[in-house]
Amino acid sequence: MVLASDIQVAQNVGFGIIALMMVLAGVGVIASRNVVHAALSLVIVMAGAAAQYVLLAAEFVAVTQVLVYIGAVMVLFLFGVMLTRAKIGKDADLNNGNAAVAAPVALLLFGVMVYVLGKGFTDQELPTSDVRPQYTATISDLIFKPYLLPFWALSFVLLAAVIGAIVLARKD
Amino acid sequence: MILAVDLPYWAQSLLRVLGGTVAVLLPAGTIVYLFLFKMMSFMQSRLGPMEAGPYGSLQLFAEVGKWLQKEDISPEHADKRIFRAAPLVVLVSTFLLVAVVPFGPDAYFTDFDAGVFYMLAVSSISTLGILMAGWSSANKYSLLGGLRAAGQLIAYELPMVLAVLGVVIQAGTMNLQTIVVKQNSDAIFGFDGLGNPYILTQFVGFMIFMIAVQAELTQTPFDMPIAESELVSGYMTEYSGFRFLIFFIAEFATAGVFALIASVLFLGGWGVPFSWFGWDAADTGSIDNWMNIVGPLIMITKMVVLAGIIMWVRFSYPRFREDQLQRFAWKVLIPVSLVNIMLTAILKVAF
Repeated sequence: MVLASDIQVAQNVGFGIIALMMVLAGVGVIASRNVVHAALSLVIVMAGAAAQYVLLAAEFVAVTQVLVYIGAVMVLFLFGVMLTRAKIGKDADLNNGNAAVAAPVALLLFGVMVYVLGKGFTDQELPTSDVRPQYTATISDLIFKPYLLPFWALSFVLLAAVIGAIVLARKD
Repeated sequence: MILAVDLPYWAQSLLRVLGGTVAVLLPAGTIVYLFLFKMMSFMQSRLGPMEAGPYGSLQLFAEVGKWLQKEDISPEHADKRIFRAAPLVVLVSTFLLVAVVPFGPDAYFTDFDAGVFYMLAVSSISTLGILMAGWSSANKYSLLGGLRAAGQLIAYELPMVLAVLGVVIQAGTMNLQTIVVKQNSDAIFGFDGLGNPYILTQFVGFMIFMIAVQAELTQTPFDMPIAESELVSGYMTEYSGFRFLIFFIAEFATAGVFALIASVLFLGGWGVPFSWFGWDAADTGSIDNWMNIVGPLIMITKMVVLAGIIMWVRFSYPRFREDQLQRFAWKVLIPVSLVNIMLTAILKVAF
């Protein structure tokens, strides 16, 4: 049973505000008529995700989100967009004709995520009192001890992607 | 907490906001007056501002008053909303940076476990603001300046991360507070009268960090993004009035905050060697309460010295060329810092 004293009002209000902001910015990403505006809306979505991680006491993941997505991916993305097609004002031909295919795929992905999360956590509740942030050392101990092999495998995938990008980009 | 009184949460938050504002504005003002006005003038055989107040010490207030009065102009074809938001994004990055800097045993804003990592992450947000400013100005010079700034900041963020890693390996933690305590309680081959500031063992890392900071701040050998002889004023060209003032404050406040962070990572931060007063490293409660007053003063002293070095280099060297800058980052700084990390790790395991 959920007691009133178990509900953390501040966290819930914070979650609501951030979630609303993320949804609005997410709509902005697809509805905007300007590439740079869409990219900046995406930045807000990513920042919101980082803020939600902080609410979940996952500091390290939150900081990784900021460093990787906002600091690197989005900056490179904006860099590329501004270098190639960065008109100020509205852009008429931003939407392409694949909306009919994309919508069912998006719905399917949403369904899969809802199913997996519901199945994975069923009716578990997060501990409401005395939530301590996960220490970075704990995470690194997990990565470099029991999960070392998957970590290596992922590193090789990334390395292959990097080499592939260089091969594709080099024309000579 | 600091003065041994129990404050309600809202009062603590208010104090933190006030403290953060002071910690951002005070270094900015100090650096601008002491170095930009006076040291630069001295190095160029002139006096600098002398009229406002004794030795021109009130010149800063006059300048701020002047900027605040000016009209807030934005170009006709600019993307108005983004144009207006860009300086704020840059300033927010500065305020986020100061949040992890510890000023004393209890005088900190947050005791963040992944402090070093956080510091590197939020410092990259300013790049976003600069790109926004460059693009939304509807000006070719601004766009070029913004793109140059982004390319430079991405290139120099890597050596910075790698240089800091040496300190993280040696301290065994990413918490800036713990890094300070470690430096002041460790011993050099059994001699604990000086603590063990990491500038001694991580001198290479310190040099790379300072060079990367110089580039991140776009101070002179690395000021291609605002190169006035090529790009007018880069991404700041179209800004006037208080929006220009915000860029200006953010530039020098970030210089101050990076100097504070460098002093925390390499110079022992707020501490004095713990053996002088017999404090216990494992228990921060054993540190005398007056350190909360003396600590910030020590930090400001170290900040002035390090910011002085940054400005000294700025006034002394001519500008790099764009290709030289990129080659320097990727072919010199990154390999050297990788070797530094390897050596640090080997020595850490060996001792």
